[in-house]
Amino acid sequence: MSNVNLTVNGKLHSLDIDPDMPLLYALRNHLELNGAKYGCGLGQCGACTVIVDDQPVFACVTPCAGMQGRHVRTVESLGTPEQPGPLQQAFIDTQAAQCGYCIAGMIMRAQALLEHNPQPDAATIRAHMASNLCRCGTHLRIIEAITRVVENGGLHVVHN
Amino acid sequence: MSHRKRWTLAAIALGVGGLAAAFGLMWRPAIDPIERPMAFEPAQIARGAQVVTAGDCAVCHTRPGGEYLAGGLPLVTPFGTLYSTNITPDAQTGIGQWPLEAFQRAMRDGISRDGHFLYPAFPYTHYRLLDDQDLADAYAYLMSGPPVHQPATPNRMRFPMNLRPLVAGWNLLFLHSAPLVPTAQASPQWNRGRYLVEGAGHCGGCHTPLNLLGAEKTGQALAGGVVDGWAAPSLLGLASRETPWTQAQLVDYLQAKVVDGHGTAAGPMRPVSQELARLPRSDVEAMAEYLLSLPASPHQPATLGTNAVASAESSSLGSDLFQAACAGCHGAAAPMRSIDGRPALTATSSVQAPASRNFIKTVLEGIAPTPGEPGPAMPPFAASLSDQQLAALAAFVRGQAAPDRPWPALHSTIQALREETP
Repeated sequence: MSNVNLTVNGKLHSLDIDPDMPLLYALRNHLELNGAKYGCGLGQCGACTVIVDDQPVFACVTPCAGMQGRHVRTVESLGTPEQPGPLQQAFIDTQAAQCGYCIAGMIMRAQALLEHNPQPDAATIRAHMASNLCRCGTHLRIIEAITRVVENGGLHVVHN
Repeated sequence: MSHRKRWTLAAIALGVGGLAAAFGLMWRPAIDPIERPMAFEPAQIARGAQVVTAGDCAVCHTRPGGEYLAGGLPLVTPFGTLYSTNITPDAQTGIGQWPLEAFQRAMRDGISRDGHFLYPAFPYTHYRLLDDQDLADAYAYLMSGPPVHQPATPNRMRFPMNLRPLVAGWNLLFLHSAPLVPTAQASPQWNRGRYLVEGAGHCGGCHTPLNLLGAEKTGQALAGGVVDGWAAPSLLGLASRETPWTQAQLVDYLQAKVVDGHGTAAGPMRPVSQELARLPRSDVEAMAEYLLSLPASPHQPATLGTNAVASAESSSLGSDLFQAACAGCHGAAAPMRSIDGRPALTATSSVQAPASRNFIKTVLEGIAPTPGEPGPAMPPFAASLSDQQLAALAAFVRGQAAPDRPWPALHSTIQALREETP
């Protein structure tokens, strides 16, 4: 065990954990941020996707040992049940979730795209989202949700 | 006539002669366009499909997400960026108006139907070894496909390489390969393998080092090169390495499988191996037989002896990073290894290689799954590992595989490759 410093959603945490712990375990088991899910543990499904600095990463294969001085963001940073963020609202509006297990990862991967590129075309959205899988098969609604945010003007536009 | 006059006349004559010679060198006639020929035997079209597959035409002539063989893939060269062209039978933007004669001239001499010089990124130095039958079959296949209207993307070549007639000089220097004469001393399979490797397969395009003008260095055929930041390893002495390749391993590797003791094709070799997986196994066995017969190079670089010993601190970081990022698939107890029988990372050729380049490239970019193709997939780690962590990880993995031969210059290699990674 040793001290690992993690900056998550703008807050600095000092955790007494094994430095070889994957980031996902620290988020879920030590910080109780349960949005990111454990899917395959192999970086193949994307259920654990979070944003590190400005890039989407698979938290299940991202070492805590590498997070010193870097900024981790999880789905919890995007909004609350009362005030969901633009992507969260669009996912609700399009009923993009079926079982919901993949959705936090989907939203974070989409968030990273729209922060870089507020007006991606359909092919760019598809290519960017290809690494995240939904076993229920709601990919079409997920794409629809992201497209709605793009059409409504992007992440900074809040519709009530 | 005065001396002066005579000299002037001689100079003019020389100048005119020089111009005429340059013109003769740099000018090629257009070949008249034709109506797209349609009537080919299905058997010939099927044979042509295999020639086109063996030639990896689609690997360069199809851009990601683009129409099959409609071109548009950027090829970054030291002289600028080229875009592959449309080789579907579209009349306006493809090769639909090309007679067989024009196709043969392009494949053997690098001249387009309208007479302009093609850049040698198009491997006509190899394709010229194809026999008439294979060229006619490939032509039949290409002419029988669906035409796609997709105009060529303009190349962005730097001066003076944006002047195509200069390729005439390049051809004069480097376009010498003569048709292969089958060797009676070797088996028909070996001869077939050599024909595929040196001809359609154009393995030397990546695996032979290039000179300053971008031509394959003579005398160093298949001795190893660099392509898109990846090491294209030497193909010489494959059978006499520390971890020698067997025929069965090489055939499997060439057909995109995961091979015990060596790993699987990644980087630019991945799409090539996926194409080879579509060839009859006998053809790939022939290629493997030929490749395995190549003796080790006398110029093979000596293994670098370095005394660099990883500090205890960085190796504990490397071990932590490996546990968190890699062990889920590559650890000894990982299901991928215990159930699926994947080889230990320490046995793969990229970890055993004298340089760290391919290990670093694989970790940065991962191995993207190909939609519709079976095969391994690995996530990219460019966003989650810093340069320093990647160096610690590489040193740790290499330390497990070859403790007495640490990789030299890890930090500078990582920095250079990171800059190239999109």
